[in-house]
Amino acid sequence: MSNTFLLSAIIFLPTFGAIAAAFFSNKSESAMRSFGNAITFITFILTLFAWSRFDSASITAEHPMEMVVKVPWILTWNVYYNLGLDGISMPLVVLTSLISWLAMLASTSVTKQYKGYLILFLILETGMLGVFMALDFFLFYVFWEVMLLPMYFLIGVWGGPRREYAAIKFFLYTLFGGVLMFVALLMFYFDSGANGSERTFDLLELARIGQGRTGTPFSEFVQITAFILLFIGFAIKVPVFPFHTWLPDAHVEAPTPISMILAGVLLKMGGYGIIRIAFPICPVGAYYAAHALVLLGVISIIYGAFAALAQTDFKRMVAYSSVSHMGYVLLGIAVWKLTEGTDQTNNTFWNLGLNAAMFQMLAHGISSPGMFFMVGIIYERVHHRDLNQFGGLMGLMPLYGGLAVGIFFAGMGLPGLCGFWGEAWSVLASWNYNPLYAILAASGVILTAGYILWAVQRVYLGAEYKGPHPEGITPITDREVFIGGTLLFFCIVLGVFPDLMFSQMKSSLNLLVENISTAKVLSALGEHLTGL
Amino acid sequence: MHFSDIIGRLNENTQHSLALFSPELSIVGAIVALLLVRLLGLDRQFPGAVVAILGTVLALGLAAFQFMEFRDGSTGPTSMFTGLLLYDPFTVYFRIFLLLFLLFVEWLTVVTGIPDAEDAPDFYVLLLGSVLGMLLMVSANHLLIVFLSIEMTSVPSYAMVGFLKGRRASSEAALKYVVYGAGAAGVMLYGISLIAGLLGTAQLTVEAGAHVPSVALALVEFGKVHSSFTDPAVRTLALGILMVLVGLAFKLSLFPFHFWCPDAFEGAAAEVGGFLSVASKGAAFALLVRFCLALVGDSRSGGAPLSELYMNIGVALGIVAAVTASFGNLAAYTQSNIKRLLAYSTIAHAGYMLMAVASMMVILNAPTAGSLSSEARSASAETCIQGLLYYLAVYFFMNLGAFAIVALVRNQTYSEEIADYAGLAKQAPVLAVCMLICLFSLVGMPPFGGFFGKLVVFYSVLEAANLNPIMWFVLAAGVINTVFSLFYYLRIIKYMFLSPIPEGARTVDVPALSDAGWYVLFVSLPVFGLGIFINWMSELALDVAKWLL
Repeated sequence: MSNTFLLSAIIFLPTFGAIAAAFFSNKSESAMRSFGNAITFITFILTLFAWSRFDSASITAEHPMEMVVKVPWILTWNVYYNLGLDGISMPLVVLTSLISWLAMLASTSVTKQYKGYLILFLILETGMLGVFMALDFFLFYVFWEVMLLPMYFLIGVWGGPRREYAAIKFFLYTLFGGVLMFVALLMFYFDSGANGSERTFDLLELARIGQGRTGTPFSEFVQITAFILLFIGFAIKVPVFPFHTWLPDAHVEAPTPISMILAGVLLKMGGYGIIRIAFPICPVGAYYAAHALVLLGVISIIYGAFAALAQTDFKRMVAYSSVSHMGYVLLGIAVWKLTEGTDQTNNTFWNLGLNAAMFQMLAHGISSPGMFFMVGIIYERVHHRDLNQFGGLMGLMPLYGGLAVGIFFAGMGLPGLCGFWGEAWSVLASWNYNPLYAILAASGVILTAGYILWAVQRVYLGAEYKGPHPEGITPITDREVFIGGTLLFFCIVLGVFPDLMFSQMKSSLNLLVENISTAKVLSALGEHLTGL
Repeated sequence: MHFSDIIGRLNENTQHSLALFSPELSIVGAIVALLLVRLLGLDRQFPGAVVAILGTVLALGLAAFQFMEFRDGSTGPTSMFTGLLLYDPFTVYFRIFLLLFLLFVEWLTVVTGIPDAEDAPDFYVLLLGSVLGMLLMVSANHLLIVFLSIEMTSVPSYAMVGFLKGRRASSEAALKYVVYGAGAAGVMLYGISLIAGLLGTAQLTVEAGAHVPSVALALVEFGKVHSSFTDPAVRTLALGILMVLVGLAFKLSLFPFHFWCPDAFEGAAAEVGGFLSVASKGAAFALLVRFCLALVGDSRSGGAPLSELYMNIGVALGIVAAVTASFGNLAAYTQSNIKRLLAYSTIAHAGYMLMAVASMMVILNAPTAGSLSSEARSASAETCIQGLLYYLAVYFFMNLGAFAIVALVRNQTYSEEIADYAGLAKQAPVLAVCMLICLFSLVGMPPFGGFFGKLVVFYSVLEAANLNPIMWFVLAAGVINTVFSLFYYLRIIKYMFLSPIPEGARTVDVPALSDAGWYVLFVSLPVFGLGIFINWMSELALDVAKWLL
């Protein structure tokens, strides 16, 4: 199987599934469900197959991407259908296909207009996989925007009571971020043609230009402006305080499987975009902004945790926990101090921070969908989410209670579970940057423990169930056990063998740190940087 | 020169020109045939639509043949009728654009049944007559032809807007359109007389060896004598140019000459609205490009006489474009009638497209202080035209699609209120999905064609912004407007997909495999196709731009 075929199949199999789904009769709902499960499962298997071909050790400066596909698309504009995988995108691609499959399995609660749901869901999956694999900025942007439309409908049609408001809010925020990114895209394309060289959308080539390795480097003005535009675009997606306000609405109103996708995959695109595009192409802008980014990361951690602590709606609490957890990602990415000479300590810590950020994205991508799924299970049975009207579920639904507590502990960052590594290492890396931020970020861990333990206590522990619809409480089904169990399994595996992921990312992240910190544009800026 | 020589030359020139004029002639033939059919009472045997479509197909075939000749290089650009009209790839490209659009409009009128059999010949005569004027607009090479062709397009349009005779709103709209149109035409004519009077010629471009100088050449001579803006002659010239631009701005419904547009579109049938919104805009943009290029002439070096004036015109056009786009989008937000909403959206899109022309003017006339070689300058200007042509090509389908769906829904619910689109997705999924494609393309979202059009246009604004900082403001306005526009397009989509069908609403029944279903698919699939298979169309647009510049 050629790389072109394999990577294209991974991206477009869901699209073909969506087209095929359009021809199902509206009545054959169970057939459509099996079809959707099969398509997402095959996609998952294909990504695993791609992973089996992926060799992280072979990634070097000369060969930064594995399985590169490059086919001309729009020749007059030098746009290529350019795909590839490296240690940064590979784990996220597998995560995407896994979460999509599990979310599709979890879609039994969706009964209204199932055909439309299936089609939109599959188009969404194409968009998500495409974003992580695209190496051409134009292609990246197309996939990025392709996700918007299905997501709008998935929230707006199948969501909760305030779905229309939440859907349009999500759409507007993301489109706003998108057009900012669009301007940066145009600026890069224009400036890559300085002094008569061929203009390009190729992300790797743009990164080389941005770092001053080839061509005419982007001016400081372009670097800083483009970085700000890109950062706002991606920060909306992450979401970083103060761009996070769409998230609680969208997550709470979305149906359970879509919340899983939102939390599990869509938020990761912001972090991925910062690592793949904003930092490598605009190292100067990134350098100037690093301090503000760290600060925003810390604020997100603390703010998200306090907001989660204040919620009475179970799902809203989980949504705010995402804001808090994604703050560690930004913190890890941004702890970059530039030093002159041979001192490698700072780079070592920044490398640690990037590893932590990537791992945190994966860990959050497992645990957060798990938490949303656990909320969804109980919501389907008792039709409310008020934290103060639960209790005693551990006794009534012991298996469910066990799974849920496991997953919530993973989200909390208990050692031995997946959430631990990302949080601990990004805090560790930030100590080198500035101990004050490290202390603040570490206190976020305590707040996290606070809201999660408090929620677990109110929902699962206690003598008896106090809320409405006690008759609805039934043991969880095999399907739910399978989905929850799979997620918990990965929580434990990643918690015990974090090297499973670190080994994949290592060479790509080393390369990234090396490339950016030795970027010629930075040394060209000269003395005034050392003073900072 | 003897009189007989002159007659001989004219004869030769006319014969040569008539061959190149064949698409227009076949439209003329169709008009005559329509009138004859009406006169002889044969409209039962030969319905108006059939005659009109036959004439259009013939014209389209001829135009396509002419275009092929340009592509394989067997003919070169030339002029027709002693230089009154230009025959070049740009002309032929727009001929195809307009005739294909005419064909789609005729097909739409057949599907929706407006006009009825009784009025059909009259309606098609007006429609074809209007297109004939547009065909002259895109090939105009003389300021007098500019004026005549605009009038020739406008007069039938006035009648078409008022074609729904029984409706007061329709007559009112037509009257408004006439009054505004007459005013704008008067201003334009005055501007033309100023320019022609100052320069002693009204010929936009000429072939080598001709006796009359072109406007561009005359301007160069003019600029040598009158170079400073304090010179009254230069001010008069600027006034003349602005007045011509006012006439074009009226046709393009640019702010502040847009007032007729919402009323005319609301009063007219949706089919006519769709026709006016695309065809007359396309032709007017072609004419605007020709006019602007005639001013600049072949002096691409920058720093030519009066180039500062032209750059300021470019910047002014850019500001008008930014204001038009913002105004259109903001005004559309409060509309409850869908045709009115689409009219404001049309205004906004004219603003986006004008940005490309404005950027071209800035790029061609910016001082050479930067490191801009003349090739780079030409390449950047080609990008502007490429963007305009691509945008128009997508706009053709996405706007026509939206208007067609409005017409089809009106035929079943007798309503054009946005609120009456509630639940359309459940009753007529084909219409709703095609409307969705058209509207998202109008927003400019990938993977629909509107995205690429916007990308090229905004990119050309960015190129201009690197030469003149005011264009950054235009770019920012364009980008922010994209987000603004989402609000009101999404409102229609919300009604169609998220709202339940109201109690007692009239049902809409348009199955996928009906005439109407096929039609909307045929119109909206190219919108999608132009967003995926971009290469051929962008190459074509670039080729045409290269030929032009």
